[in-house]
Amino acid sequence: MGIHVSTKINGDDVEFVCDAEETLLDVLRDRLNLTGAKEGCATGDCGACSVTIDGRLTCSCLTLGAEVEGREIGTVEGVAKGNELHPIQQKILDNAALQCGVCTPGIVVAAKALLEKKPDPSEEEIRYWMAGNLCRCTGYDKIIRAIQDAAAEMRG
Amino acid sequence: MRYEAPTTVEAAVSLLSAEAGLAKVLSGGTDLLVQMRMGMMEPDLIVDTKRIPGFGDIVEENGGYRVGGAVPSAELNEHAGFTAMYPGVAEGADLIGSTQVQGRATITGNLCNAGPAADSVPCAVAVGCVARIAGPNGKRDVAIEDIPQAPGKTSLEKGELVESLFFPAKPANTGDAYLRFIPRTEMDIAVAGCGISITLDDTGTCTAAKVAIGAVAIKVLVVDEAAQALIGTKVDEAALDALASACSAAAKPITDKRGTVEFRKEVVGVLAKRAAKIALDRAKGA
Amino acid sequence: MASSTGEAPESKGTHQYQPRDFKVVGTTPLRPDGVDKVTGRARFGADMNLPGQLVGKVLRSPHPHAKLVSIDTSEAEALPGVKAVVTRDDFAENEAHHDILCNIMARDKVLYEGHAVAAVAATSRAIALKALKKIKVVYDILPHVTDVDEAMKADAPILHDDMFTHGVDPMPTTASNIAGRCEFGHGDVDAGFEQADIIIERNFKTAATHQGYIEPHACVATVTSDDYGELWGCTQGHFVLRNVSASLVGMDVSKLRVTASEIGGGFGGKTTVFLEPVCLMLAKKSGKPVKMAMTRDEVFKASGPTASSSMDVKIGCTKDGRITAGFAEVRYQGGAFRGAPADFGAMCAFACYALENVKAIGWEVVTNRPKGAAYRAPGAPMSVYAVESVVDELAKAIDMDPIDFRLKNAARNGDKSSYGPKFESLGLVETLEAAKNHPNYQIPLGPNQGRGVASGFWFNFGGETCSTLNVNQDGTVAISVGTPDIGGSRASMCQMAAEELGIPYDQVRAIVTDTSSLGFNDTTEGSRVTFSSGMAVIFAAREIIGKLCERAAMMWDIPVEAVKWEEGKAIPAGANAGDFEPLTLAEIADAAGGTGGPIAGHHEYNADGAGVSFGTHLVDTEVDPETGFVKILRYTVIQDAGKAIHPSYVEGQFQGGAVQGIGWALNEEYIYGDDGKLQNAGFLDYRLPVASDLPMIDTVIVEVPNPGHPYGVRGVGETGIVPPLAAIANSVSDAANLRMTELPMSPPRILKAIHQAEAAE
Repeated sequence: MGIHVSTKINGDDVEFVCDAEETLLDVLRDRLNLTGAKEGCATGDCGACSVTIDGRLTCSCLTLGAEVEGREIGTVEGVAKGNELHPIQQKILDNAALQCGVCTPGIVVAAKALLEKKPDPSEEEIRYWMAGNLCRCTGYDKIIRAIQDAAAEMRG
Repeated sequence: MRYEAPTTVEAAVSLLSAEAGLAKVLSGGTDLLVQMRMGMMEPDLIVDTKRIPGFGDIVEENGGYRVGGAVPSAELNEHAGFTAMYPGVAEGADLIGSTQVQGRATITGNLCNAGPAADSVPCAVAVGCVARIAGPNGKRDVAIEDIPQAPGKTSLEKGELVESLFFPAKPANTGDAYLRFIPRTEMDIAVAGCGISITLDDTGTCTAAKVAIGAVAIKVLVVDEAAQALIGTKVDEAALDALASACSAAAKPITDKRGTVEFRKEVVGVLAKRAAKIALDRAKGA
Repeated sequence: MASSTGEAPESKGTHQYQPRDFKVVGTTPLRPDGVDKVTGRARFGADMNLPGQLVGKVLRSPHPHAKLVSIDTSEAEALPGVKAVVTRDDFAENEAHHDILCNIMARDKVLYEGHAVAAVAATSRAIALKALKKIKVVYDILPHVTDVDEAMKADAPILHDDMFTHGVDPMPTTASNIAGRCEFGHGDVDAGFEQADIIIERNFKTAATHQGYIEPHACVATVTSDDYGELWGCTQGHFVLRNVSASLVGMDVSKLRVTASEIGGGFGGKTTVFLEPVCLMLAKKSGKPVKMAMTRDEVFKASGPTASSSMDVKIGCTKDGRITAGFAEVRYQGGAFRGAPADFGAMCAFACYALENVKAIGWEVVTNRPKGAAYRAPGAPMSVYAVESVVDELAKAIDMDPIDFRLKNAARNGDKSSYGPKFESLGLVETLEAAKNHPNYQIPLGPNQGRGVASGFWFNFGGETCSTLNVNQDGTVAISVGTPDIGGSRASMCQMAAEELGIPYDQVRAIVTDTSSLGFNDTTEGSRVTFSSGMAVIFAAREIIGKLCERAAMMWDIPVEAVKWEEGKAIPAGANAGDFEPLTLAEIADAAGGTGGPIAGHHEYNADGAGVSFGTHLVDTEVDPETGFVKILRYTVIQDAGKAIHPSYVEGQFQGGAVQGIGWALNEEYIYGDDGKLQNAGFLDYRLPVASDLPMIDTVIVEVPNPGHPYGVRGVGETGIVPPLAAIANSVSDAANLRMTELPMSPPRILKAIHQAEAAE
């Protein structure tokens, strides 16, 4: 029997019905067609499915769809304001900080959460915060630089 | 499978008691959901504790802290009072998985999943953490080292769940620390770990200590010999060597994909020594 | 200087390198697919959905080696919601693609844990998984072997009773797990060793590693009742995928259209065919679209890792550092079928050196592991690790700087390579000199710290390629290429077209077309795309320039010979041609309807002349003597790019290759139990480097032009993974004063080696 869930995604009210076993990632991708979050592992080891729940960064693969009743979800689709990119998105482009781009949605969500919590992180703090976001293409160098640049720009 | 999110602990206990099949408590879910996805576990009922009042709270109690059963590691680490009192416990909790995982994972879940390598458990054991268990026969308080029995097995009875963890007031001149070894810098399961609490008198002599080691046996072990190696000393090199030897001797690890018996026995001693130095500095207020 | 010169369509100019001043090439514009990728809009393999689609799942063998006695699917078929079940019986024998067929759906035997046995399509994932449990398979379990040296023994369990070693004369008459032997080299190594003052001989082992792309394999397929198929999915080569899939499913190639989705990493691992024919067959049987995606567990167990290896290397040199002879024997297992890249391993082993006496033997072996796939410079990192470790040890033994030692022996223009051909133009010496002069080579080291150097080589490929450029009526240009973009190649295609045409980068847009819109293109592999597709784009642009000049000539009513193309405009070729205002590309495009219709350029060829690629890496490490933990302190990649079209993406290739190599060196490995099963089929225990493991990765782009490309381009994608294994091993050996001969150098192995070294003292 399906479970009815009312929630808010990227500021909009959303209702869906899901099975008890379904993860939030399954719901986002298969029921709501929000395919920005990716399934890289389904075990919380890669970060490609990163979202925020009530502002806190988490893996949507480690959350049941049923759990988000009344919560506020933030996904990569909500990071840009219309066609205006968030600084972290722009700096990822400017720094060539993506190659294949499949980890990028998770990187964007995680980096944004970091900069909201800590506007001036050290390189080491960035690296440890981002350790749960696997990137196999870049070796992380340009991603770290993009986050540093975005932090600097956001601090003004 | 059914999903229930009761709003009282009594309702949670009734649901867990009444289920004829496999009932699992969901606090953070970072172990449970993985086990379900990998087909290692097929629960008939999941009881989500996050909607029970108090389960998400950290409150002061008798000079210590009571941490609700659904408080995620990230929140514990944002609590200034708790991290000031028990930095070692907080650091242990902060080592569980990624930032994302810490947004969900709870110490209670880490404890009740009963994995021998649980990072938040050894230091919590070392500082004397007590679990409050709610069940069909009411509530009881149990030292947390008595809960895990073997990988995936706890001493909890049918219908019972851990409602909160109580960290007693820290005695004066006491410091705690936790260190673990992993092959990378993040994201791994501990290959060996050691949590330690040290109390000094005014002369700097160790008057009390508790040492717990992880990932080197079927459950987290309290090593009395290791504590005895420190008590009555100034925690000098000789005492630290004795501590390391006691931890290595007490370890009963296995060889697996994460490490060998020899490696784990040796490294748990190295970690004990290094953790003791940190705990010592903290006890001295450095 | 003009950015280009107009030429008649039949003469698009030469493939030979011509020096020029670049305007767009060498700059770092934003990639055309960038905004979609930072906003989550880009569609990867699993992001496509079709109305009414079913979910396909694969049943996989739990045994590493067994006879497949029977498969009963009746209960699964009877389950409500199940729309199709396929097994080996649904696929006809196929001589051309026999191994692929046997791999995608086991026939008489299962050859590794994870080998596909059956597949179902159902209305939901849950039903599909339930159906898999209802398929009854009877296995007759056979003994298994997963280690390369064990598999070569005479009494090893035999995987294929028709495998007789190739390359041995006479060919053996008994079956074995040794698929082939190859040998490369020249001179007389025995005589060479006699001239040596010092000889070092060692054995090395490396574990199998996985490409580790973050996106699991995924596809969606439909097949109509009149047998037209469409397939969408993540692949490095949709033309090859189409040909193989059509053949296995029994369709005409013309009836199958394959669209390459955005691809979430490949590194060679998506040059393969796994799910796609199965997905097409499920779609055909069910009459509905079917979507399939591997889980991470399936990716590890059933898609291609690279080979594990066991190697012997012997090198001799004189006291003054001249190598007199080099010998290597490498044994690679590549899983259950032919294809372990022992030949590439043997060819690359000594490629960095100009040697009078050299011999490298490669053995290709099969074991009960998943069928291996290409992984970035396939075969090269292992043999180069072994050779560069011994080179390092020789340099230490004669107390010579390791870079000086390499410079003394380095391959140079005109030298005969260790694998046969003569080197025409190469930049190894330039990378070594840049390494020696790099500030990172001078930084003082602290206690327990060490410095390592290693060089490496990769051939680079060309191959079958075509590309079309269409001039739009507003003067913008659309590029169609047939090589999936795995690292930013669409941007470099646009840069090269803009360079030739003399128009701004943002007026050119590149897409990867489906298989029905272009002729055959070889796969994105061998670092071939910027070289091969790029050259096709350059020549297609030159064809367009010829046509633009023709159109301008018509508009001016002068002979075409009197028109030339400069800086994006047609101008009269000289004073005698007449006095006309220049015509821009946009003006000519706007008038095209009256001058002969649409303007397009196309180029098709089999690209040749891919320039060889060399790199040198420097790495400093610190080893914790009490735990064996290795920290990478600083890392420097120096590599010859020929000409960097988009320098940021070139750096990205260097950095990414280096970090994959760091993972291979330190922690990544396929761990098998005695039961022949993979113990670590997930990102938790298959340990990819994470951000906090690493420092910034410094890069130096060396540019020694490739004579076989008009801009001098060399492929840059693969060489970066060749030196790191050795560079890190040399660094760790320096830090801990020992020699690590087995990869990965995980902490338990290092701590054990430290204790052994202590005991030996």
